[in-house]
Formats: sequence, structure tokens, C-alpha cells
Amino acid sequence: MNPAFTIPAFGPVLPEILMAAGALVMVLFGAIRGERPGYAMNIIALALLAVAFVAVLMLPSERVETMGGSFVIDGFAKFMKALTLLASAGGVILSLDYMRREGISRFEYPILIILSTIGMMMVISANDLIALYIGLELLSLSSYVIAAFDRDNVRSTEAGLKYFVLGSLSSGMLLYGSSLVYGFSGSISFPAIATILQGNVSIGAIVGLVFVAAGIAFKISAVPFHMWTPDVYEGSPTPVTAFFAAAPKMAGMAMATRVFIDAFPGILIQWQQIIVFISIASMVLGSFAAIGQRNIKRLMAYSSIGNVGYALIGLATGTAEGIQGVIVYMAIYLAMTLGTFAVILGMRRGNVMYETVDDLSGMARTHPVLAFCLGMMMFSLAGIPPLAGFFAKFAVFNAAIEANLVALAIIGVVTSVVGAYYYLRIVKVMYFDEPAERYDAMPAGVKLVLALCSIFVVLFGIVPAPLVAAARTAASSLF
Amino acid sequence: MLGFGILSGLLVLPLVGAAFILTLRGDSEATRSNARWAALATTIATFLLSLVAWSRFDTATASFQLVESHVWLTETIRFKLGVDGFSMPLILLTTFLMPFCILASWESIGHRVKEYFVAFLVLETTMIGVFCALDLVLFYLFFEAGLIPMFLIIGIWGGKRRIYASFKFFLYTLLGSVLMLLAIMAMYWQAGTTDIPTLLAFKFASNLQTWLWLAFFASFAVKMPMWPVHTWLPDAHVEAPTAGSVILAGVLLKMGGYGFIRVSLPMFPEASEYFAPLVFALSVIAIVYTSLVALMQEDIKKLIAYSSVAHMGFVTMGLFSMNEQGIQGAMFTMISHGLISGALFLSVGVIYDRMHTREIKAYGGLVNRMPMYAVVFLILTMANVALPGTSGFIGEFLTLMGAFRSNTWVAFFATSGVILSAAYALWLYRRVVYGELDKPALQTITDLNRREIITFAPLILLIIYYGVQPGPILDAFAVPTESLLNNVQAALATVKTAAAAAH
Repeated sequence: MNPAFTIPAFGPVLPEILMAAGALVMVLFGAIRGERPGYAMNIIALALLAVAFVAVLMLPSERVETMGGSFVIDGFAKFMKALTLLASAGGVILSLDYMRREGISRFEYPILIILSTIGMMMVISANDLIALYIGLELLSLSSYVIAAFDRDNVRSTEAGLKYFVLGSLSSGMLLYGSSLVYGFSGSISFPAIATILQGNVSIGAIVGLVFVAAGIAFKISAVPFHMWTPDVYEGSPTPVTAFFAAAPKMAGMAMATRVFIDAFPGILIQWQQIIVFISIASMVLGSFAAIGQRNIKRLMAYSSIGNVGYALIGLATGTAEGIQGVIVYMAIYLAMTLGTFAVILGMRRGNVMYETVDDLSGMARTHPVLAFCLGMMMFSLAGIPPLAGFFAKFAVFNAAIEANLVALAIIGVVTSVVGAYYYLRIVKVMYFDEPAERYDAMPAGVKLVLALCSIFVVLFGIVPAPLVAAARTAASSLF
Repeated sequence: MLGFGILSGLLVLPLVGAAFILTLRGDSEATRSNARWAALATTIATFLLSLVAWSRFDTATASFQLVESHVWLTETIRFKLGVDGFSMPLILLTTFLMPFCILASWESIGHRVKEYFVAFLVLETTMIGVFCALDLVLFYLFFEAGLIPMFLIIGIWGGKRRIYASFKFFLYTLLGSVLMLLAIMAMYWQAGTTDIPTLLAFKFASNLQTWLWLAFFASFAVKMPMWPVHTWLPDAHVEAPTAGSVILAGVLLKMGGYGFIRVSLPMFPEASEYFAPLVFALSVIAIVYTSLVALMQEDIKKLIAYSSVAHMGFVTMGLFSMNEQGIQGAMFTMISHGLISGALFLSVGVIYDRMHTREIKAYGGLVNRMPMYAVVFLILTMANVALPGTSGFIGEFLTLMGAFRSNTWVAFFATSGVILSAAYALWLYRRVVYGELDKPALQTITDLNRREIITFAPLILLIIYYGVQPGPILDAFAVPTESLLNNVQAALATVKTAAAAAH
């Protein structure tokens, strides 16, 4: 019997299918209903994300390949998909009030988020180069549109265009690299590539590997492919920035892990130096370039570059311990970044959003709770115990020490001290400076996100074991 | 109760107090007063609880007591608490000093009162945590966590250059400690655990010991602080509010010394012996150089800060002389310096609250209007000089004796520091207290009030009591010192026989 005619198992793809079908229904619904005030579309999107989240949790934990071997689920994919769905839900909730008040509340926005999320989930589960590329394009194309979603705003359209041009370039590089890898290994399937590329491989395959790495580095905004990040983060509407800083980062790190661990385990020694280099470069640039930033969204862009550098330390080890570090890091980073953007979204008086660090001046006296939450986020991002960020850094550095990457770990901790300087500056502005006027009351959705993230960040240190153990299980499924 | 013991109680109690203060609403005078009383009650309750812990503590054994262990990060990185003869006195010192800090802040802290006491109570938890953690990751967690409240205390309630001082304090100590974190991880992968009692029995390879020792040294030397990484301390002291300085000098500096005793000496004995000359050199430079620097200070707090650096030089010198007198003397100096420097900063706070300046030049002839203050300050100055009869003498004498047994030249230079300390301390006393009271601003200055007398009386009594009766403190860590030295000697002897056999 010809295997091309068997119907693949759809069970493992159920979350994606549900979301895709849901997105199409939403398009129809939106087109028929027309543009109306209210949050109906957003609520449908959230419900869809919730359904997909449940579906992801119900997936089996052992490795299952389907769709002719181009789609794979395992414990790692499950965990990262769950994180991505949470991040997307956070992005939708943060946007509710903002989009309405800025007058850009259109029904396409939640649909684009859903489509982009499907792309992320496909990327996480991709088991061959074609599936990877398609997932990535779906993720990217939706992202370009929502970056420019405030279409009457020059900064937003500029951000969208810049993202599009540079993103296409990186997709091209990824595709070029993929074709080289295919050419020199004779397969697009990750497990097949892994068996063929072992030990000493030809220079062509390595060039392909470098191009693939470059394309991936662009998506996770690692140095030297980070140039788009500050501009896109600054120009996009703030909830979109929050979404960019959270969800695609989860998917991007998962994709990097999937590609390097699943497809190139035999040539660890070749890609390890690439990852070590971009990790060091990201940490150094992330911490030094952020010092001079006045705009808090730009600052967070550099912060995210630095954080990707730390997460990459885990990947650079190429061990189960390291991947566990990546997972723990990304989970905690998600809470920190969503929480920080929730506070940024709360900086509004009337119709004006405030975006500079100095606008936080004296917040500890005008909004003590808000300032406390942001302060804890900043200490956590700086990696100060007992906050969650410390455990994130602990996980990756611990893996680096195990893998004997001592120099990488030392550079990492030193840059984290440099990074602590600009995080502290925000605490200083909030706590030591004279208060400015009060901001408007925060919308309920933003409050909810902030509360959840703050509770997670502050109290994580009391019961860290569940997340760490879950990450360990997820990471071990890759090896 | 779920297996949580008295040490968990010591950690949680201040946090409960802090949570209670956070629930107080508004910023009226009544709220502030409630916050003060709540903070005082919490710190006193914590002190009483630590006395209960002390009463259950057996000084006859070197092993860890009151141990409790809970699931935490992983199977091998646990939330484990326990005390021995080295940590128990330091916990008592911490809980004992806290009520005085609260009392010292009673009137001098005028704005954001609630936040101030919350920060202080959180700080207390982290300090107690450092001394009772029996897991290195937990130790690091508390060691670093204390930076957050202290950063806020210096930065919000500090003096003119508070922002500079708070950043310098935070980043300096953070840079020192992150290397320690990497060393802890390296130990974890070597020994498979971060459990301190297990690590104490674990033998690390010689070359690894060197690196681990250096990484821990980076952290503890900054915290201590040792010359030449002491420069954050004078800035932090000068800018911090009085109570912040008391805690800084009284407890935070002791974390470095405690770290040496808990980690560096017993876990890396070979490296400790190898680097002892380096520590001696730095200690002696600290003692002589910072004493000379103290002579030239124009700011009272800065002078005391430099004198603290000099005293910590005695501590490190004693520790690394690696004999009974040296280590016991170092421990004793830490306790006694905690009381003396704490009291000294409180006494500076007394005149600062009245005149709002710490310039030595702004004072003079205080004895004419403040006789009681003059007596208090005299006793404290003498204790700082280590006059026999005060607790300062016992510590310095023992550390010098230990150093003498180990290296006579070190003892020789360190003794000159004793003379220098008498010079700067007495000169300070002369300029502030004696002479004519001719400055117009000082004409109306008032003597100690009742709250201040209550604050100083117990401190002074203890300083004199322990100067005459050092036994109770020395007994607490006599047995652990002996066992520490036995282990170190045994480890060094094995290495020497191994080296001899190899030839």
C-alpha cells in the first residue's frame, strides 16, 4: 500500500487544528458582524486560547511523530506550547483597554494573534525544515501586520515595515541555510539529518548550519541580528510590544532548541561556538546598550536581548540540564516581561501614554502597589534572590558550570551585574525621586496580568520545585 | 507543625510584622505610631524567640542543632536550617541589635515611616537567614536578598549623596557575590549537593580548592570589607540613616567573617593555608592604612566607618592565623564590634538628630551641655580603642595572640594599629566633646532623653560585662572552634603525607 495515502493521526495536532478552525470562524464572524464596540472578538480569542491550552495539556507526554514525520510532540513541545499560549493570552488581555482607547480596536487584531500563535506552535513542533519554515512564516507575517496595527501612526507603520524587511531577509537566510543542509545531508527531516551529520562534516553543511543559526538568531533577537528589536519595540503599540517580548520569544527559543538538539546533536562542537558567541554578544550588548536608554520600551528591548543571551547559555551546553535551564528561564522571563509591560500600560493620563523612564518618577508614593510590583520585576530581571529571576539565572549558569563553560558563565554573571545597574535605575526613579502626577486607574485586565505575574515573581522562591521538576521532565524528552 | 522549627519561626516572625505594617492604612500620625510600635514589638518578639532558641542550644557539641530540612529547589538543594556555636551568637547579635535600630529610628525617620520599618523587618529576616542557612544556595539567597532592603534604606532615607552610595553599595557587593554563586555551582557538581554539613566532610581537589577559595574570597572580602575593596563602606555608612549604619556595621559586615568560618576555612583548608599570607598582608594593610585614613576624616561617621574596616582587619587576621586564639578572637571581635560600632553609630545619631550635621568641626565642648552623652561616648570610644575592661580588648588581644603564634611580624604591625586606633578615637573625642562650647548652634543642645538612655544602657552594660566576663561568649564557640581546627589540621596532614609519599 502506498504510504502517501494513509490518513495521518490528527490527535497530536488537535490544538493547532482547533485554533486554525477557530481563527477562520472568527474571520467570518468578524466580517459578517462588522466593526462594533465591545470585546466579543477578544473574548472568543481568549476562549480559543484556553481551549487550545487544555488540549495541549491533554496531549501525551511521550514522543509522537505524525503528518508524515514533519510534526512531532513530546514533553518539551507540550511545555513550550503551554507557555506560548499563556503568553498570547497575556498579550490579548493587555491589549483590551488600550486598543479601545487608542481607537484602533479592530476585529482583526485577536485573529492575527491567534494566527501568529498557530505559527509559533507549529514551529515548536516542527520536525523537518519545511514545516519549520512554514510555521515561521505564519508567525512572522502575522507579526508584521500587528506591529503596524496603529496604521495612522508613523512610528507604528515604520516599525511594521522595518520588521517586515529585516524579517524577510532573515527568513531568506534561514531558507538558504536549510537548502544547504538539505543538499549536504540529503534529508529535511531532523532525525534523519541527525543520523547523517555526525563528527566531521563537510564545510557546506556547516555553512548551512551558520545560515540557519542566523535566521533563528534574528527571530529571537540575539546579537548580531538584533537591530530591528529596539525600533520595533518602540514603534509598535505597547500591548503589541508586550506580545512580541513574550510569545515569539518562547517559540523562538523552543525552535532554536528543537533545531540544534534534534537535528544537529552530532555536531555539537560546531554549533556550540556559534551559540556561545551570540550568547556572549547578546548579554554584553543587552546590558551595556540599555544603560543609555530613556524610553522604557526601548530599554525593555535591550533587556530582552540580554535575556535571550542568558537563555542561550542553557542551549549552548547542549545537555539536558541546559535545556531544563532554558525552559525554566523562559517560563520565568515570561512572567517578568508581561508584568513589566502591564505597568508600562498603566502609565496613562487621559489620552496620553507615557513611555520614558523619568515618567516613573516617585511612583512609590503616588502608586505604591504598582511601584512595588515593578520594583520586584526589576530586581527579578537583575537576578537578585529571592525573586524568580534569580532561579532562572541559577538554572542556566548551573548548567553552564556542569558543561564546563566556565568562561561563558563568568561573562554572564559579570554582565548581569552591569545589567543590574539599569534595572536599579528604574527602582531609583520610582523610589528615590520626587513624585509626579498620578496616573489614571489601571484597566482591570492589566491589573489581573500584573497581579498574577507579581505573585509568581515574588513568591516563586518559596515553592520552586514544581516548575523545576516539570522543566526537567520536559527537557529529558529531547534526549 | 509541619516540621517547621524555631529557626523557621525566627525567619517568619519579622515578615509577619512587616505584613502587619503593610496592612495599616493612611499616613496619619496615629498610623506612623502604630507602625513604630508594631516594628518594636516584632523585633522584641524575635529577640525573645532567639533567646528560646539559645536556651535549647547545647554549647557542648560542635554539630548543628535545631536542624530542619524541607523540600525546596531539588532533592539535593533543600531548605535546610540549623545553627552551631559560630552562628548562634551572631543570630543573637542580630536579633538583639534590631530593637535598638527601631528605637533609633523613632523620631529621626519622618517620611514614609511604614515602608521604612517594613524594609528593616525584611532585612532582619535575610540576616537571620544567612546565619542559619545550612544549604549554600539558601545561604546565597539570603546573603544577596539583604541587598534589596538595604539599597532602599540607604537610597530613600539616606543623606545628600544617598543615590550614589546606594548604587555603589549594591553593585559592589553584587559583583563580589556573583562569583561566589558560580563557585557554589561548581561545588554542587563536584559533591552532588549544596548541603553544608555534607560539604564540610567533602574533600575538594587541591587545584579546585584554589579557584573556589578565590571565588568565595571575592564575595566575603567585599562584604567584610577588606582593603582594597572597602571603599563602598564609608560611602554607605555616611549616607545611611543611623539605624542603617548600625545594622551595616553591626551585622552585615559580620556576614563576611561568618562566611570565612563557615565555608572558606573548613571546606578549602589547603587553599586557606596557601592564601593565608595574602590575607595577612591585606589585613595588616587594612589595620594600619585605614587607621591612618581615619585620622584625617572630617566626618564622624566616616571616621567610625574606617575604624570598622580596621577592626575587620583584626578579624580576618585572627581567622587565618588558624589557631584557637585567632579564631576565637575573631569570633569575639565580631560580636563585640557589633555591639560597639552599633552603639557608636547610635551615639553619632544622637547628635546628628539634634544638629543635622556630622562634621567634626561643627561640634566641640559638648560635655558642657551634655554630660551624660559625654560619659556614654567616652565609654564607647574606649571600647573602640580596646581598653582592657571592655569587650573590644578581649577580641583584639586574642586575635593578636593568635597572629603572634602564627607570624610575629603580622602581630607586630597589627599592634601598631592598636596605637593608631587610640590616636584617632581619642582625638575625635577631644574635638567633639572637650573644649569650649563656643559654637552658637550648640548653645541649646539637650542631653540624652529617656528613649536614648534606654537605648544605650543595655549596650554599654553588655560591652563592659563581656569585657570582664568573656566566658559566656567564648564558651559558645569553643567546641566548634576545636573541631574546625582538628578537621583543618587533619586535612592538611593528609596532604602533607601524600606529598611526602610521592617523593
